[in-house]
Amino acid sequence: MQVRLVDIAHARSGDKGNTANIGVRALRPEWYEVLDRYVTRQAVAAHFAPVITGEVERYEVPNLSALNFLLHGALDGGGTLSLNTDAQGKVFSTALLRMVVEVPSEVVQRLGLPAAHEGAT
Amino acid sequence: MVREPPVSRVVRIAGGQGFWGDSLEAPRQLVEGGPIDYLMLDYLAEVTMSILQKQKERDPAAGYARDFVGAVESVLPAIVQRGVRVVANAGGVNPRGCAAAVREVAERHGVADKIRIAVVTGDDLLPCLDSLLANGHALANMDTGAPLSAIRDRVRAANVYLGSGPMVDALDQGAQLVITGRCTDSALVLAPLRHEFGWGAADYNRLAAGTVAGHIIECGAQCSGGNCLYDWRDIPDLANVGYPIVEGMADGSFVVTKHPNTGGRVSVASVAEQLLYEMGDPRSYQTPDVVADFTTIRLADDGADRVRACGIQGRAPSSTLKVSVAYSAGYKAVGTLVYTWPDALEKAQLAGRILRERLDRLGLRFERVNTEYVGASAAHGLLAGPPPADMPEVQLRVGVRGSHAADVDRFTREIAPLVLNGPPSVTGYGGARPRVQEIVAFWPALIDRSVVHPKVEMT
Repeated sequence: MQVRLVDIAHARSGDKGNTANIGVRALRPEWYEVLDRYVTRQAVAAHFAPVITGEVERYEVPNLSALNFLLHGALDGGGTLSLNTDAQGKVFSTALLRMVVEVPSEVVQRLGLPAAHEGAT
Repeated sequence: MVREPPVSRVVRIAGGQGFWGDSLEAPRQLVEGGPIDYLMLDYLAEVTMSILQKQKERDPAAGYARDFVGAVESVLPAIVQRGVRVVANAGGVNPRGCAAAVREVAERHGVADKIRIAVVTGDDLLPCLDSLLANGHALANMDTGAPLSAIRDRVRAANVYLGSGPMVDALDQGAQLVITGRCTDSALVLAPLRHEFGWGAADYNRLAAGTVAGHIIECGAQCSGGNCLYDWRDIPDLANVGYPIVEGMADGSFVVTKHPNTGGRVSVASVAEQLLYEMGDPRSYQTPDVVADFTTIRLADDGADRVRACGIQGRAPSSTLKVSVAYSAGYKAVGTLVYTWPDALEKAQLAGRILRERLDRLGLRFERVNTEYVGASAAHGLLAGPPPADMPEVQLRVGVRGSHAADVDRFTREIAPLVLNGPPSVTGYGGARPRVQEIVAFWPALIDRSVVHPKVEMT
């Protein structure tokens, strides 16, 4: 079943040079396993491929029920050089929450995850 | 003065400024709204140092965060009466000038003899940059590996991030106001904790705890309900948001809270969001004092607007310190126009194409031209998906960047004419041309700590 990240997590993002970081945290501690299992480095790299030029790194922060992603080459050269509206990566957080992940229905039921509505993307 | 037994003693450190430009009311709210021992004020974003450097080039007495002088004045009677101590990196590229301005305010209020001001210097590497390079310190770019010599002639400022040590010395010597230049933001909280509890330079778990406490409150209200996605609709009274307070204890554990009768919210969610902000490898949060392991932080609800943190571990820091070099990197300008229904996006897109064609015909040289449609896709770009049908309005936003100031300036003349000679239904032109901005970019580097010599001057 499809689960929208925006329904199961919150996030905050920031910058360091030309790299954006996104911390994404499960809305409930028991939902962290969904982030850990399905929000993979590869999935996030594919999600952001149209808007970044570099690699993606993933770190686990289980004590905060969170993952941290570093997106390299994300900010048009970095803070002061960037011509982007989001020059400092402040809303990469909500861009990540646009992701939809495929989760087995037994996991959705066991954890009480809100499933995406039919036809929603 | 008799202090409480160390086990139960609590030191209250308030975070009253998250960057230069933050709320002018916050310092007074924190000093007058309830008991605090220290007021910590963080003014220095990376970009701030270059702005201050430009100001100092125009006026040798400038180059510090002038907001700080007003902040001190707004709390002066209270800090004199109650002995609240202030730790701030407001010194920018001229900490002595900053101290002189604060002293003048204290004199005007007749309390100059009651306040001891300490200035921390030694972060400014600009005067010795060439001798460092000559002695084999390449100051290579941490991201690209390029040696600093590649941009030496364009360097505007070079500052090393100092740790808590010099500030601890200043507090030990009795300073009531400590003014620094570039230091790690979190050290502004760690230093008072070290001074109060006597944590040594190798007490890595406690140093890590103080660093984490600093990371949480260094962005002001961003940990107490501001910019909090988790429950933003339900966060009460953000108009009167309470700025954060750390209640530190001798064992390194601490509580994050705020004054009663203020808005906002301190919750596990609000603190966790702030911990994730600007995070790199969570196991290795590097500072000059310690490498903190953010995966060891345990957060727990401790009552209304109280979050307890404990269990934090750290290890020895590296032998190098981070240097931020600011250098001139060309010019940029951004212009905007607003197009309205019907077919707002289509009109804005046509205007964007026309503008690009005119820039091309003029033969202007840019490293980059960036066209965005605010309302449709500016912030999330291609991830935003298809725009809604027939939007009420769209802002065309075009930015250019390049090394030729004249070409960037010429671009700024090409926006306004579109109002009369481009697509219809256009407004939002404020009457002023876009401003040409000089770009100061950042070059992150490392330097051996043995060549960095911080100093404390008591005034």
